[in-house]
Amino acid sequence: MAELTLVEAVNRALAHELEHDPAVLLLGEDIGVNGGVFRATLGLQQRFGSARVIDTPLAEAAIAGVAVGMAAMGLKPVMEIQFSGFIYPAMDQLINHASRLRNRTRGRLTCPMVLRAPNGAGIHAPEHHSESPEAMLAHTPGLRVVIPSSPARAYGLLLAAIRDPDPVVFLEPTRLYRLFKQEVIDDGEPLPLDTCFVSREGRDVTLVAWGGMLHEALAAAESLASEGVDCEVVDVATLKPLDAETILRSVEKTGRCVIVQEAARTAGFGAEIAAIIAERGLYFLQAPVRRVTGYDVVMPLARLEGQYLPSVARIADAVRKTMEAE
Amino acid sequence: MPAADKNAKLADVAGAAEGAQAEGGILAFTREQELSAYRAMLLIRRFEEKAGQMYGMGLVGGFCHLYIGQEAVVVGARMSAKSTDQFITGYRDHGHMLACGMEPRRVMAELTGRRGGYSKGKGGSMHMFSREKNFYGGHGIVGAPAPLGVGLAFADLYRGDGSVSLTFFGDGAANQGQVYESFNMAELWKLPIVFIVENNRYAMGTSVERSSAQSNFSMRGTAFNIPGRQIDGMDVRAVAAAAREALDWCRAGKGPFLIEAQTYRYRGHSMSDPAKYRSKEEVQRVREEHDPIEQVRARLLAGGIGEDELKQIDAAVRRIVSEAADFATNDPEPDPSELWTDVVL
Repeated sequence: MAELTLVEAVNRALAHELEHDPAVLLLGEDIGVNGGVFRATLGLQQRFGSARVIDTPLAEAAIAGVAVGMAAMGLKPVMEIQFSGFIYPAMDQLINHASRLRNRTRGRLTCPMVLRAPNGAGIHAPEHHSESPEAMLAHTPGLRVVIPSSPARAYGLLLAAIRDPDPVVFLEPTRLYRLFKQEVIDDGEPLPLDTCFVSREGRDVTLVAWGGMLHEALAAAESLASEGVDCEVVDVATLKPLDAETILRSVEKTGRCVIVQEAARTAGFGAEIAAIIAERGLYFLQAPVRRVTGYDVVMPLARLEGQYLPSVARIADAVRKTMEAE
Repeated sequence: MPAADKNAKLADVAGAAEGAQAEGGILAFTREQELSAYRAMLLIRRFEEKAGQMYGMGLVGGFCHLYIGQEAVVVGARMSAKSTDQFITGYRDHGHMLACGMEPRRVMAELTGRRGGYSKGKGGSMHMFSREKNFYGGHGIVGAPAPLGVGLAFADLYRGDGSVSLTFFGDGAANQGQVYESFNMAELWKLPIVFIVENNRYAMGTSVERSSAQSNFSMRGTAFNIPGRQIDGMDVRAVAAAAREALDWCRAGKGPFLIEAQTYRYRGHSMSDPAKYRSKEEVQRVREEHDPIEQVRARLLAGGIGEDELKQIDAAVRRIVSEAADFATNDPEPDPSELWTDVVL
């Protein structure tokens, strides 16, 4: 048992799979000699060789396309894209090939690849170094989208993602990479890829969040407890396929729901969750569902980052308003 | 299905060029090799003509891009390849499937969207695959299969089984950026891949002259140190010779090889093509002077083969195509429940 940061947990999961499955390969920009821009792959090329931990040219579209070709031949490539905003050149391959290979070949071929990328704010850089494109990926049929919120969940979910026969986009919250340590048992045990986790139990209101925002939601829950509001906090973890049952069960219990998302507001993944609650849980509700989100603007530079990101105060405020409605 | 088995045998020409002597940029085919090429190209030609007819009758759903005129390219390459090598291409793909030995009736049934099609009637003209025949599609996005071909080649090298990835794309696709990302990685890692540019002179309706700063596509790999050959893609023997050279290069561990096969498509880009970008005379001239099938036929006749024997081949090919069309017309349509299969929900 070891106390690990999230980025160390990612490293352990990758090492575990490289060690136990010769079909697993890593590829990406600067992942070998340099160990990755956030050091997620530190030491892996030295340990497993440059034939399996591959430094690629700066060419996201072809990295993704090559990974699809590898996967079609039964290899299990895990590609790293340096920031989630650099996924866009690879969207052609993700949408047109990776996500559709199983369907297009009528199950003859699957695409057992993983795309890992740091996601969301965390290094005070603008635009593509800090954005959260999960909704456009979750909108793509055939892709799984996973966003862990802790070292232990990152470890277990990444193992499951690598072993899954279909393409998984695994978005690692940059802000959490070294935020805290947690005990992680490096025993190769995966976590389920279709489950939301209840991170805190409560009676009065359900907070739904994922990735970095889970921690803002938990902090808000903590602060609201002193006001006598008992929050339940659900970690979505796997956005696609979504475990709607866990969210609906919680809303049935509390009768109120606030969804927290870091991404821009319009057509974000929070809207999907709100729609599901409206469709299947309307009569559980004692107050309208609220969303606390980023704004419909380009992710700004450091000085405005705090303005943009949903804060503990904004979340707590939304919860208070939800509690007032009867 | 005995008819289907016969089709497969008739079409798959993998390795058929083995033993032919290389001379003056071509492989000097024996009579048997000429006959193999003739049968395979004729099957593609007749199949495509029938597909065009069926499209006209409203039986084919989605798009339909015919390979007529370009038959020598894939047949020549296949004759020098092994059946364990992978083939991958874009959307003008029926010829590649037939040359790889996929069953004509199941290809045709896919065009008509029937259950017996290679993709159970959900993929259509552009999206068919066969693991057994090492055919990896059939993809609709221009230029995007190039990195997939590199991935196939990477797996070949990783496994060390000596297979090569033959990755086809057109002159239009050759102007897509992903192709050059692919060239770079293929040469950097010395991957066993033959890039084959089927230069049919038109990217839909835009001629090479109006779209390409460097119209000698065999030089497009020069900046990456990838050797290239520009060849007459209407002469199946020239294609087979270049493919043999390229495959030998790859199997020797020297990395990728680029072939530009200069060819011509007789029909429109798709079935709805106004054809305003070229003259009827141009098309007619190529058909009369450079047709890949007529060239082989003329050599066979000059070599003393009887008209009767060629007529028998023609009749056999027509039977196969007609049987494929019947199957593709009468096979049931997919069940609506198929909408929900083979996708992560």
